[in-house]
Amino acid sequence: MTTNIRYKSRIPIKSDETPEEKQYVGFATLPNQVHRKSVKKGFDFTLMVAGESGMGKSTLVNSLFLTDLYKDRKLLNAEERINQTVEIIKHTVDIEEKGVKLKLTIVDTPGFGDAVNNNECWKPITDYIDQQFEQYFRDESGLNRKNIQDNRVHCCLYFIPPFGHGLRPVDVEFMKALHEKVNVVPLIAKADCLTPNEIKKLKDRVREEIERFGIKVYQFPECDSDEDEEFKQLDKELKECCPLAVIGSNTVVEARGQRVRGRLYPWGIVEVFLSVCVCVSVENQSHCDFVKLRNMLIRSHMHDLKDVTCDVHYENYRAQCIQDMTSKLTQDNRMESPIPILPLSTPDVETDRLIKMKDEEVNCYVIMGNITYTG
Amino acid sequence: MAATDVDIFSNEEKRNLSLGGHVGFDSLPDQLVSKSVTQGFCFNILCVGETGIGKSTLMNTLFNTMFENEEASHYQNGVCMRPRTYDLQESNVHLKLTIVDTVGFGDQINKEESYKPIVDYIDTQFENYLQEELKIKRSLFNYHDGRVHICLYFIAPTGHSLKSLDLVTMKKLDSKVNIIPIIAKADTISKSELHKFKIKIMSELVSNGVQIYQFPTDDHAVTEINSSMNAHLPFAVVGSVEEVKVGNKTVRARQYPWGVVQVENESHCDFVKLREMLIRVNMEDLREQTHARHYELYRRCKLEEMGFTDTDPDCQPFSLQETYEAKRKEFMGDLQKKEEEMRQMFVNKVKETEAELKEKERELHNKFEQLKHMHQEEKRKVEEKRRDLEEEMNAFNRRKVAAETLSLAQPLKKDKDKKN
Repeated sequence: MTTNIRYKSRIPIKSDETPEEKQYVGFATLPNQVHRKSVKKGFDFTLMVAGESGMGKSTLVNSLFLTDLYKDRKLLNAEERINQTVEIIKHTVDIEEKGVKLKLTIVDTPGFGDAVNNNECWKPITDYIDQQFEQYFRDESGLNRKNIQDNRVHCCLYFIPPFGHGLRPVDVEFMKALHEKVNVVPLIAKADCLTPNEIKKLKDRVREEIERFGIKVYQFPECDSDEDEEFKQLDKELKECCPLAVIGSNTVVEARGQRVRGRLYPWGIVEVFLSVCVCVSVENQSHCDFVKLRNMLIRSHMHDLKDVTCDVHYENYRAQCIQDMTSKLTQDNRMESPIPILPLSTPDVETDRLIKMKDEEVNCYVIMGNITYTG
Repeated sequence: MAATDVDIFSNEEKRNLSLGGHVGFDSLPDQLVSKSVTQGFCFNILCVGETGIGKSTLMNTLFNTMFENEEASHYQNGVCMRPRTYDLQESNVHLKLTIVDTVGFGDQINKEESYKPIVDYIDTQFENYLQEELKIKRSLFNYHDGRVHICLYFIAPTGHSLKSLDLVTMKKLDSKVNIIPIIAKADTISKSELHKFKIKIMSELVSNGVQIYQFPTDDHAVTEINSSMNAHLPFAVVGSVEEVKVGNKTVRARQYPWGVVQVENESHCDFVKLREMLIRVNMEDLREQTHARHYELYRRCKLEEMGFTDTDPDCQPFSLQETYEAKRKEFMGDLQKKEEEMRQMFVNKVKETEAELKEKERELHNKFEQLKHMHQEEKRKVEEKRRDLEEEMNAFNRRKVAAETLSLAQPLKKDKDKKN
């Protein structure tokens, strides 16, 4: 399913046609115009990957975009990681497919969850996301808005280790710190260490824990009733599969006479892109949800992720920001914002407190007076 | 005279004699074996690893039985040790197996204190043994030895290197227990990655001075196999209790859509090597090492802490008893001093409280006097008022009476006038 099928183009008709055809106005070509303009402008997408080291994040990103983003990467030793702090590293690549240009930014978070004491290890990440929002907020409110660079994080892939029985406290805390700032998509990493039954159990567990702890992960938008059946089916499957269990691979191996991206084991070959398995014993079962993830992330929901970021997360941030600004009028001399300062609509907190204090004092005196009077 | 005789004899060289016939003391090892078989053996395993890494499954696979255990949750506040003892029997050999699990290891956000419960548990077992040894009436032969003989450290198969928590914990444990590191859930690492991973782990352990258990190579019967196994550390294991049909056999394995991982297939994982080393070849050596090296180290440290030394400042050997007596006297002296102090404090406190109470009593008394005074004043005033009021009333009554009599007298006078 590609975007090309959905919007059929209509060629504008010449003026010497029959009167009936003169009724045709022609704004049905609008989707085409949008398509053309967007191709010319190019797209951008910022993807953040987070999770402990050794979960296969880099491998997965390489598999997703079929490039090698992580050449010459230096991995730290265990003793260096005892007190490690989280860094934020950005990789930007420009890729092109069939004339459509995509500026892809991958935000990496090495060091997350690696130290012995991981208290608040997600703080650098939330700070980074807030910084990007602030930057965009300032640019948007500026005078010259021609070339705004959108560095806001559109999606965060969180890698859950498959070795445990479900979510761990650090997973829960991280997702709760981020779920209102960015679209969080949880993934079960290294899924080739789980049998199909174990995958199902773990997915159910994780889904139940996500609901129990009130974590708002990214929800796929509901289908419109006029979408075609194939799309609806795909959408339903995707919703049931959440969280996706993925396997990544940097290597190409020989399987079934073809060269495929996969992992070679003494007992078999795991194919990353396989959507239907041809094993004798197991039928119609893919090796992992990698294909679904790719389709979702790139082929169908990329724009929706961007929309949700702009319309929901960024707007929340903006509203919060403005509210904070107006209640901290006198103290705030850092933000030289050109926005006109709105009059105070909320009562002064200081005066309120003073009134309350005086009230209490008066009450005290009354009570004391009563006691002495009756005594 | 006897002492000098002994001296002479010990200076002689030991002579080797050859036997003229079969005496029969070559059955000594057999006697030892039959005695220990009747006594039964005891083995304690400590499993350290994150929740869900496969510790229980591996134990089940190793001993080919289902030990009862529930799945642990990830939300424990701290690490707690869960020892369980089982009685196993194979042919006529009894084994008392204790498996100690670390519940909640690696789950907390702040893992700086995670190693403490483990170290405390090991020390407690050593302490108990030491206490038993120092008792006057000992029964070491039927003492249930809880000292940990082997610690299996489960490393998560990330494929990069050890985690920082692993390094910190192993450094704390290496001087107290025999550690064998194993790579858990090894069916997620391919062969080439596994090779690199093992090398990285070993180099990290060496560069940080962590001493893991080396299989002994001095006994020529097992030298060869042990030294080859030493090269395969850490073992990459896969555990499973489910049986899968492969070919025409049913083996323990894990079934994936892309293949079947057989637990006992040496090209799939190192489980067979681990079982061989741990149970079939070196179990007795592990117990010996625990007793001879780790326990002795603990004992020495503990006794030195308590102030015992083997030699006093003049380099004369001290007997344990003398030192013990001296220590005891010191301790009793300390106790007495403390008792005195406490008594003093108690007396002082009592005095203070008494003084306070007296003060309060006096105050109360004063207040009472004041109140009484006030009341009397009030009463007097009220009395005065009452008297005044009474006088007024009396005066009024008199006037009333006077007025009445006057009014009575008036009509009479009028009548009198009328008559006249």
